[in-house]
Amino acid sequence: MRPEPRLIEVRKNVLKQNDVVARSLRDRFRAAGVFVVSLVSSPGSGKTAFLEKTLTLLRRNNRVAALVGDLATENDAQRLARSEAPVKQITTGTLCHLEAAMVQSALEGWDLNQLDFLFIENVGNLVCPSSYDLGEDLRLVLISVTEGEDKPLKYPTIFNSADVAVVTKVDLAAAVEFSWKTAYDNIQAVRPGMPVLKLSAKTGEGMEDYLRFLAARLIDLRQAAAV
Amino acid sequence: MHELSIAMSIVELAEEEAERRRVQIDAVHLKLGALSGVVKDALLSCYEMASENTPLQGSRLVVEEVPVVIFCATCRGQRPLSSVQLFCCPECGTPCAEIVQGRELEVVALEIQECAPNPV
Repeated sequence: MRPEPRLIEVRKNVLKQNDVVARSLRDRFRAAGVFVVSLVSSPGSGKTAFLEKTLTLLRRNNRVAALVGDLATENDAQRLARSEAPVKQITTGTLCHLEAAMVQSALEGWDLNQLDFLFIENVGNLVCPSSYDLGEDLRLVLISVTEGEDKPLKYPTIFNSADVAVVTKVDLAAAVEFSWKTAYDNIQAVRPGMPVLKLSAKTGEGMEDYLRFLAARLIDLRQAAAV
Repeated sequence: MHELSIAMSIVELAEEEAERRRVQIDAVHLKLGALSGVVKDALLSCYEMASENTPLQGSRLVVEEVPVVIFCATCRGQRPLSSVQLFCCPECGTPCAEIVQGRELEVVALEIQECAPNPV
């Protein structure tokens, strides 16, 4: 006789495995006093140029390193190596996002105590990375003026999951008739209260404000750890 | 397109439960938040693929979509969001960043058949 189907309660987070690894990474980062920033954006927004500039400028006064996720090539790591900061490529193959376990294995052999900032550049994608915690302190979403002001409305989930938005390539704003106000309002609509910075990695405009923002967050982290 | 890896995680999770409880699963019930970053239709077709040649083959994935609910500090209450493109209280218009629900990606229940009776 076929038994009656019945329902049993489970209540399990599907991404639990990733979350567990992310939590242990976060604990390690905290213990080492390293501030971890993950970068998300669409392909071609200028993530690598932005990161190269960030590493080059931050290296003057801080110990910095980066992990870069890419589907197939190691071009990004080679470009970032110009900053002379330690850089490691995570080639994801066909996977469209980074997961905490990939970050964990990429960090093998690295002494986190020797770092002030660690940057994790995600695969260029505004959809999939939103679901995966990487143990970062700050998720930075980057949009370039050439992408248009409505990116936040098209990808509300990732903007909502971010902690700070950076509008880049502002040196091209006039050429593409970019409206700062519209972009700012759209970001605030999907993530009220999120800080928004604007800069150009090419000309350096706005970079100092951004570096000050990061420095303040590192101080906050270390003060919180000291309490 | 990360729905396939999500579907594989769901199958894995359900398989473990089935083994542990010594039951056969007819259906997996999932709560899917509007801010989970996962698309329902893509997930459903990926589930079929992911469950193939596993004990879950032929089982159903039952998805309950969960809308975003925010907490409005002005109204002092929870309100469902009318659009994920506008995080404002639908009653008073106050911008609201505090999310009460809508990020769920959770297996909540399994529809099962007992395979072997528990010895009493």
